[in-house]
Parts: sequence; structure tokens; C-alpha cells
Amino acid sequence: MLVAWPTSLVVRETFSQGLEGIKTALSDPDVTHALWLTGVVAGTAVVINLLFGVGVSLLLVRYEFPGKRLLSAMIDVPLAVSPVVVGLALVLVYNPRFGWFGPTLDEHGIQVIFATPGMIMATCFVALPLVIREVVPVLEEVGDDQEQAARSLGANALQTFRRITLPSIKWAVVYGVVLSLARSLGEFGAVKVVSGNVVGQTQTATQVVQQKYQNFEQGTAYSVSFLLATVSVLCIILVSFLRPKEDEK
Amino acid sequence: MSIEIVGIGKRFGDFVALEDVNLKIPTGQLTALLGPSGGGKSTLLRIIAGLESADEGTVTIEGTEATHLPPQKRNVGFVFQHYAAFKHMNVARNVAFGLEIRKRPKQEVKKRVEELLELVHLSQFAHRLPSQLSGGQRQRMALARALAVEPTVLLLDEPFGALDAKVRKELREWLRRLHDEVHVTTVFVTHDQEEALEVADQIVVINDGRIEQIGTPDELYDHPANDFVMSFLGPVTTLEGQLVRPHDIDLVDNDRVAGSVPGVITRMLRVGVEVRFHVRTDGQDTDVLVTMTRGPARGFEVGSKVWLVPSKGALTVPLMTPRTEEEALAV
Repeated sequence: MLVAWPTSLVVRETFSQGLEGIKTALSDPDVTHALWLTGVVAGTAVVINLLFGVGVSLLLVRYEFPGKRLLSAMIDVPLAVSPVVVGLALVLVYNPRFGWFGPTLDEHGIQVIFATPGMIMATCFVALPLVIREVVPVLEEVGDDQEQAARSLGANALQTFRRITLPSIKWAVVYGVVLSLARSLGEFGAVKVVSGNVVGQTQTATQVVQQKYQNFEQGTAYSVSFLLATVSVLCIILVSFLRPKEDEK
Repeated sequence: MSIEIVGIGKRFGDFVALEDVNLKIPTGQLTALLGPSGGGKSTLLRIIAGLESADEGTVTIEGTEATHLPPQKRNVGFVFQHYAAFKHMNVARNVAFGLEIRKRPKQEVKKRVEELLELVHLSQFAHRLPSQLSGGQRQRMALARALAVEPTVLLLDEPFGALDAKVRKELREWLRRLHDEVHVTTVFVTHDQEEALEVADQIVVINDGRIEQIGTPDELYDHPANDFVMSFLGPVTTLEGQLVRPHDIDLVDNDRVAGSVPGVITRMLRVGVEVRFHVRTDGQDTDVLVTMTRGPARGFEVGSKVWLVPSKGALTVPLMTPRTEEEALAV
């Protein structure tokens, strides 16, 4: 009731006039730009999260260093803190006028806040724990026996990672990536604060939904919502199809 | 000398795992590192393999100073207690791993893998995944994988520790035969004295991070350097402040033998062909343990008054440290 009913309402509203709603929505350049921007931001954020997430997971599980527990706790911060606060924090740091790094970056012609880099950073931050929290338990469970065996058989660090570690954490990584993709597409609060929500420039899909809805263009709002929901549902279906294969092994 | 270890020391925080260990392991032999858990024997093996780094001292393998070499440059084969099979690869690819890393030609790899699987009797399982093998088969696969790269030294860390008693015995004999065929310098870690005595050419007894004694199985058994070595190599009991093996004590029903110690049988236990007596004597507060085969054991029963005599040529070692009752019963 909590999930299915409201979702089905969105679907019903979207198709209340057949495909007309979606056609109207997709012919609006602001909407297509927002969708494209969402794709770029989410895609980049996911790639960064993938690399960073796997790296940090390895660091947390395989290495001992001072401050390890602190780092592990820090990873959960994005889950605990409201995305709006995250956005605000990024603004404070990178704001071109009074932020910590902002003015320096601005002098070199790099704009972070109210531009794509800031939005990617906000999205990364929010989705960061998803890959790590998937990969860390699997790495712990697999142990480092196989990696040590590979090393003793002559494999260097890179070969060991590619041939041994990666295949054993593959599904955790895929699952983490899909989750963070779904999360990145749907991010609203942090991106809204950072992006400045400029129509046709830094407005993402979720923001379009809000704006169109408030401007009484419900049809478009529902259509974009439907698209967002569809991608997320597809992600989840994809994962549930991938998972059983892992059990068969 | 195949492996030379000089002044090796290793600490984990406050815990001293190894202290000033010096050891030479001869080429082509099967050497056992024997000792209780936590005594440092696995740490020493891992230092030889490069999986652990020593705090001090040097390791030389076949004349090459290897102290700071990473494991992949040492050309050692390592077999882990829990197999460390590559779960996502079938048996043949597991064995081929080291050769593929070395970029050997495909044809050569294939041939070598076939030979090795033949050697470890796993030819018909080449296309199975490790999860479809039994523990003993997995360990044989791990051995073939380690041998594939033609290591100068083969290191085995409690290789049969995770297997049940019967398979363990079979594999132990098989390892000895394999070693006689392949002749690669082999070092294996075990806490099982029987395993070490049965398989090894040379045994190194390690306890509390130090080497207690090095010698052949016979030397160790007949001339243990101290009470620890003696008690670790098999059951012992104390008689008049001396450590002696329970089967080296005779029970007689009279005091005619000079120096015999009187006592009363408090417990009698039959385990297979062996009969174990617990004898309470006046002189000490723990029972003396005496074992014998069934025949001579006839005529004795709980409550009998007996005299204890060390048999002729019995090995006795003076007890260095006073044992608690618990320890005395444990051995």
C-alpha cells in the first residue's frame, strides 16, 4: 500500500490522455535538457563512486591504518545527514565569493557551485555509502587467502585485483552501482541547493518535476516522474535478474 | 642450504611472535615446523613466503637474499590450511594460474596442467569448480597449483588441519610419496606430532617464538633437548620429579625391584589395544599415568596396590618447571 498504490497513481496520471502526456513533456526543451543533465550527473557520479567505492572498500578491509574506524564511521555520514545540509555545506566550501576554495577555483575559471561539477559532487556524496556498504561485507567474507595465494603464485597487485579480487566481489559491485545509480537519478535536496535550479541550464529531472507541478503543468510533472520511476524500477529488476545467477554458482 | 634464516624477530603489538630465530633448511628435504598453536611457526612460514614481513633478521632462499622481496618474486609455492582455492575458476584454471601469470605459451600450460592433475589424481575433475570437490581434493588441487610454477621451495601451512582424521592420514602418506617423487624442498607447519614424526626428514620444534630443538624424528624422540620437546612429542607423565613416557613404566605387584615406587591404582581405562592406569603415589599430588597393552594389564584392577618401575632404557628428563595438575593431565 505504501509503495505500490502511489506509484500506480503516477502511472495512471501519466497515461490519462494516452501517450499525449509523455509527448508533450518530451517536446519541452527544458524537460529534455533536464533529463540529459540528470543522465550526465548521475552517470558521472556513479563512475566516480564505483572507483572510489571499491578503492575505499579495499582500504577498509585489507589495510590497517590509524583513523580506520573514523573513516568507516564517516562513510555513513551521507546516509545520516540530510541531503539539503550536504548541498549547503558544498555551497559554503565552493561558493565563488566567500567559500573556502571557491574564490581560488573561480580565478582559474572553474565554477563548481551552480554548475555541473558541484551537482556531481553533491550526488557522489549522497550515493557514496551504497557501493561501499555492498562491497565491504563481501570482501570481509571472501577473506584474503585467495589474494595471498595469487601473490605467492607470482601475480602482482594489479593482476591479483583483476583476476582474483574483482571476480569475487563482482556482484556486490554491480548491485552497489545499480543502487547508487537509482539513488543518483532521484537525488533532489543536495542538487537543488548546489545547482541553483536554473531552468534549461542546471535543472535536473527531479527539479523539473517539482517546478512543473507547482506551475500547474501536472501532466509534464507526472510524465517525468514516470520516466524516473521507470528507470529505477528497471534497475531493481535488472539486479534481481542478475542475483540468482550468483547463487547457482 | 636452501633456506637460511638469520636472527628473525617479529612482534604483533606487545606480543612477541618470533624472537631471534636462526634456522637452516637443507635442499630437497621435507622439514616440519612443529609446535603448539600461537607458538610462531605459521608466522615463520609466512615470513619465508613473504606474506608477512619480519621486524628484524634476514631470509635467504637458494642463495638469494629475499628479506625484502615481495611474495611474487620469491618463487615459493604456498599451500594454505583452508585451501584458498580460486572459487570462480575450475580446477584446471586454478592450477594454470601461476603459469598464465608468467605468460607461458598456451600449449605448454595445457600440457603442464595435465601432468600435474595426473600427479595429484585429479585428472577427471579438471572441469569442476572447487566447491564441487571434497576437502582432500581441494587441498591436492592447491598443491598442484603451488607446484605448477616449479617453486624452489614449497611451503605448507597446516595443510591437513581442516581435514578429518582419516583423510588427513591418507594425505600425509601421499605427501611423503609425492615428495619422494618431486624432491622439491618442502617446509610444512603442523601442531600434530604424529604427522611430523611420520612425514618429515627434519623437525624443528618451535614454542613461544623460539626454536626448542632441531633434529630428525628419531633424534627428537630419543634425545629430546628438554621437557617441553619431550612432552610435545607424545604423552608423558611425571614419576619422582622425572618426565617419563607412560609406556616406559612397568607395573609390578611386589617391591622386589630396587627403587620402585609404591602406589594405588585409582582409575583404569581401556582405549582399543591400550590400557591406561592412573596410579596415586605418596610422593606427588598428581596421578602417574601408565599405559600398556592388554596382555600384561591382566590381573590389575582399581584399588590394587602396585609398584612402579621405569623400564630398562626408559628415557627420563628432569622436570624444569613445576606443572599444574591441569597441564599434567593434558599431556
